[in-house]
Amino acid sequence: MAFLEIARLHKDYGPVEVLRDIDLSIEEGGFLVLVGPSGCGKSTLLYTIAGLESVTRGEVRIDGRTVNDLPPSKRDIAMVFQSYALYPSMNVAENMGFGMEMRGVPKAERRRAVAEVAKTLQIEHLLERRPAQLSGGQRQRVAMGRALVRNPRLFLFDEPLSNLDAKLRIEMRTEIKRLHQSLGTTIVYVTHDQIEAMTLATRIAVLKDGVLQQFGTPAEIYADPANLFVADFMGSPPMNLIPAAVRADGPSPSLLVERAGSEPAALPAGVKGLDAYVGRETILGIRPEAITEVPADGAANGSTVVDCRIEVVEPAGADTYVITHLGGREVVARTSPDCGVRAGETRPLAFRMDKAVFFDPATHDRIRG
Amino acid sequence: MSAAAQDTAVHTAVRTGRLARAAIYAGLLVFAVYYLLPLYVMVVNSVKPLDEIRSGDMLALPRAFTIAPWLSAWSTAQIGVEPTGLVPYFWNTIRMVVPAVVISTLMGALNGYVLTKWRFRGDTVLFGCLLFACFIPFQIVLIPMASVLGFLNLAGTTAGLVLVHVVYGLGFTTLFFRNYYDAFPTELVKAAQIDGAGFFRIFWRILLPSSGPIIVVTVIWQFTNVWNDFLFGVSFSDYDSMPMTVALNNLVSSSTGVKEYNVHFAGAILAALPTLVVYVVSGRYFVRGLMAGAVKG
Ligand SMILES: Nc1ncnc2c1ncn2[C@@H]1O[C@H](COP(=O)(O)OP(=O)(O)OP(=O)(O)O)[C@@H](O)[C@H]1O
Ligand SMILES: [Mg+2]
Repeated sequence: MAFLEIARLHKDYGPVEVLRDIDLSIEEGGFLVLVGPSGCGKSTLLYTIAGLESVTRGEVRIDGRTVNDLPPSKRDIAMVFQSYALYPSMNVAENMGFGMEMRGVPKAERRRAVAEVAKTLQIEHLLERRPAQLSGGQRQRVAMGRALVRNPRLFLFDEPLSNLDAKLRIEMRTEIKRLHQSLGTTIVYVTHDQIEAMTLATRIAVLKDGVLQQFGTPAEIYADPANLFVADFMGSPPMNLIPAAVRADGPSPSLLVERAGSEPAALPAGVKGLDAYVGRETILGIRPEAITEVPADGAANGSTVVDCRIEVVEPAGADTYVITHLGGREVVARTSPDCGVRAGETRPLAFRMDKAVFFDPATHDRIRG
Repeated sequence: MSAAAQDTAVHTAVRTGRLARAAIYAGLLVFAVYYLLPLYVMVVNSVKPLDEIRSGDMLALPRAFTIAPWLSAWSTAQIGVEPTGLVPYFWNTIRMVVPAVVISTLMGALNGYVLTKWRFRGDTVLFGCLLFACFIPFQIVLIPMASVLGFLNLAGTTAGLVLVHVVYGLGFTTLFFRNYYDAFPTELVKAAQIDGAGFFRIFWRILLPSSGPIIVVTVIWQFTNVWNDFLFGVSFSDYDSMPMTVALNNLVSSSTGVKEYNVHFAGAILAALPTLVVYVVSGRYFVRGLMAGAVKG
């Protein structure tokens, strides 16, 4: 049974609809990531779960119990804020113990709990310091510590890593994942970084303009995007989105894609739903890793080979990304670093069309077969 | 030759730099003298015997130094009909200023807290009304205020004066604190809510400890305004509650026969001294508070 459930949740700020009919749920011990561009309502959704914002319509249920009218302190949650929100006039130990102090926990017990968490997070030497005397990474740890010390049933994280530099961000990401594995507490985590979403989540909810675009496991979101927005937003480098003409070609339709400097390329369209698009345009979505060099022993099953003019070669260590133009768009392919591709040449590239997805150019919805 | 030319050029630059600097300092000095001259006249003449003032020139230093005028102004001079000096009125003012400043500052802080962190429908309109209070001239409120005080049975009392000053100061103190708390991160309030702190606990434990600089600004503002007020004092006080400013006026105007200018000067300085002390003492904290805020970010 779901531990946290959000049912038809709607939130208005006056005339502005910030969240529209959101339905989400996460099982106990799950890691739900809310992801989406800036201003899409991620923080607002988190605040309604926390009880810091009221909901206009709909329900928030924690462990089967509707908590709409419960104040934040009664929901058994802890939150880490984007700005960390450490109380500036208190030192680290007082910051971490404040919640317990409010609940009337005796001082000795508070001190013991704080010391224990400080030890796991390796911030024991900082306990006497004020937030102003800490580095960004240390503040982040203290904010985590303040949440951990409460030992809640639900953690809410609002972009906890967005203020850290790239290296620290990756370190802390791993640490959060490790923490989640060892504690087993349910987490709702907000980010606009899709890599963070992919690496941490057991479930991802993609939001845009207050509307839930897709809700699923990271693998589902990645391989089976519900619409153009999700396809474009998740993945790095992002999915190639190539305008293509659909034409009748024997029993099933095929695609015609513009190529720079030569004839349009023909690609098979393996999706039933495309029948309705014959004579019109579609948008072909294909991830960079589904476009590769043609291996020496011939292209794999389901591949179509297309000659492409290579414009730019970007070695990235483990992979080499090559950039070409199809359908008037830049297209990125992922090749192995030792295939010897050079900029300016024309190379055959293998397109794994069995991995391709298609979208309606007008509605941006997925075309399924 | 070119080296020599360069040398002269450097010398000229240095010389013009020095000249400019001297000009600036001279200008500043003129302004300082201009502003300090009245104070100088008051201080110098408050320690002279009366005949020396009448015979000599106002700017001269005292030939026979005396603190008798100060003692007289403080405790024996004729105020109205009583030879009490300013001392009872000094205490009247203290009894009025301290509660008025404390209450209006605290209420302003609470107002600012509510207007920024517990927004409600119509809060901007309410704030607009409070702001409008800052622009109402004293004279307009005199008559309605008199009837309110009469209605509350506070006419002529120190409590009544405190009420008047709190009401009149609330617009300003609210403005100060609202603007300060507007920049105070709302996430801190939310974090405290999750930690289980209520409305007043958040105020006392989270906001107030970080409000040092704005408290000092507000206290200086309110203290000087209430201390220096004459119009409300003269309109709403009795003998028992008459503030020092009104007493000073009576001292100056009630002296029969000879005008004791030296006593008047001493009395005026005495009446102004507390505001000066507040500026000197808390002004330093004020600056320190600002610096701490600047370095923290
Ligand atoms: N108090 C408010 N009154 C009116 N509109 C608001 C209020 N708070 C947020 N909004 C609006 O709600 C929308 C969602 O805001 P929210 O803070 O949830 O975005 P977000 O997804 O967290 O963005 P970010 O990634 O930048 O933090 C925004 O368009 C914002 O302007
Ligand atoms: Mg946000």
